[in-house]
Amino acid sequence: MATPREIAIAAERRDIRNRWLLSSPALLIIALAAVGPLFVMLLYSFMLKGDYGDVKPWQFSGDGWFGVFLQRDIFDDTLTVADAHITIFWRSVKLSLMTTLATLFLGFPTAYFIATRPPQRRDIWLFLVTIPFWTNILIRTFAMQEVIRNEGIVNSVMVWLGLISAPVQIMYTDWAILFGMAYVYLPLMVLPLYASMEKIDFRLVEAGYDLYATRLQVLRRIIIPLVKPGIIAGSILVFIPSLGAYVTPRVLGGGKNMMLGNLIELQFGQGRNWPLGAALSITLMIIVTLALLVYVRNASKTGGGHG
Amino acid sequence: MARTFSVRTQPGFTFIAMLCFFLLYLPIATLVVYAFNSGQSVAIWEGFSFRWFESAWNNRAVQEASIRSIFIATFAAIVATFVATMAALATTRTAPYPGLTFKYAFINQPLMVPEIVTAVALLIVFSRIKVWTGYSGIAYLLAAHTAFCIPFAYLPIRARLENMDLTLERAAADLYATPWNAFKRVTLPLLWPGIIAGFMLAFVISLDDVVITEFVKSGGQETLPTYMLGQLRRIVTPEINAIATVFLLISVAFVTMFFIINRKKP
Repeated sequence: MATPREIAIAAERRDIRNRWLLSSPALLIIALAAVGPLFVMLLYSFMLKGDYGDVKPWQFSGDGWFGVFLQRDIFDDTLTVADAHITIFWRSVKLSLMTTLATLFLGFPTAYFIATRPPQRRDIWLFLVTIPFWTNILIRTFAMQEVIRNEGIVNSVMVWLGLISAPVQIMYTDWAILFGMAYVYLPLMVLPLYASMEKIDFRLVEAGYDLYATRLQVLRRIIIPLVKPGIIAGSILVFIPSLGAYVTPRVLGGGKNMMLGNLIELQFGQGRNWPLGAALSITLMIIVTLALLVYVRNASKTGGGHG
Repeated sequence: MARTFSVRTQPGFTFIAMLCFFLLYLPIATLVVYAFNSGQSVAIWEGFSFRWFESAWNNRAVQEASIRSIFIATFAAIVATFVATMAALATTRTAPYPGLTFKYAFINQPLMVPEIVTAVALLIVFSRIKVWTGYSGIAYLLAAHTAFCIPFAYLPIRARLENMDLTLERAAADLYATPWNAFKRVTLPLLWPGIIAGFMLAFVISLDDVVITEFVKSGGQETLPTYMLGQLRRIVTPEINAIATVFLLISVAFVTMFFIINRKKP
């Protein structure tokens, strides 16, 4: 006869097996239409490019990966640094950092403002931040385009005020991409900042003032250290999608001011260099994963301690 | 000092916050206003009219794209919510078991990878399958949308399950309810708001998707967002504003419902 211990173990095994069965449809769909293709892409990045797009199956080559930062001279086969790619990488990183700073500058006071409202009114303010967040990114980008175009409201108002004599070209410049991304990702900064500001213990702030701290000192020495996890979370949540942005630079940057996402698309379109496109995608994914690791480490460090 | 000293105020913060809300809504407001322009332009106001809503409504391409968008979003959201509910039941309210962390990471994987990367990976795999099978129907879009909707459906359902009281289910078991009956009569009704929230989130996410759809779709499979993206390359008329305004209203309606459902505490 089975001992109670054996029965318990058998029951536990059955429970785990059932739990695997229950989750298998979700896992299967994601394996087939999300995770699996990433591995196929990794394989493709090591194959020889086809003449009209695609690859030559099972003919391996490192050209795709070479092409990420290097280019082969068409006449004498010497390798040089691919300036165009470096420029695009640099523009992506630069614009993503600037977007992060811009959203932090606007988002920090906004989150603070919401967190210091009476509790019953905070929901309304939060709701106002959430609505643009759930609006289609393409619609928001298009809305931005209408505001910053030459005949748009920004230029009209500045001309009317006499600040400038003729409309300034903003569309199809890096500035347009920056404005667009800052606009599109602003809620991603405000929401995590708010989550950590909500928990500020204002007795600490009061203690600071009792000890003759100025407003600026209180901000720098008390509030900012208290909400640091929120600042890091918000920054990473903005930085990651900015780096992989595709729609905003395509619409606002035009064809010339490409970011990484557009460079990747180019390889699958006119570039007809799928292995390079695959290698660039994996490079982007690695950068994003590293940023996520910083986030996870930060979250686990602050999550366990005092709440 | 004339005014009472508030420890909560910081100089200039309220101003920047107001500026921020203004900046958030200025572009959207401009977009909506010009949807009602009677002229051809999205920059010069010529008078109020509904003509662009009418023209969008009668535009064959818009009709087809809208129907396709809604069909894909409905299918993807239903399937994603169904499998996400099962997955959430399998990954909550248990002692950690081997593979639990793996499952959690796996289900949330679509959230971790930039959309453009998933998009080109799917393009690679699906174009190969298209060559092999000769099939280039809508199933590719359905599969892709279902996959990236799963984590969005999963998260609210899981959150709901984790906050749920186990006592009621134990009581049902004590009263000789079979596991299936206890699930149907106790767990499921309690879980329902989470399931609806998950469904709505998945629906909006699918409806909004541009990047993955743009890369996966075959010829003649425009959804509303990819149709709009295509139109932005041409001379833009307020018709796009009209479509965007309706789209916006739908999103706002969904978010509002989501907010209301989630606010009720279990």
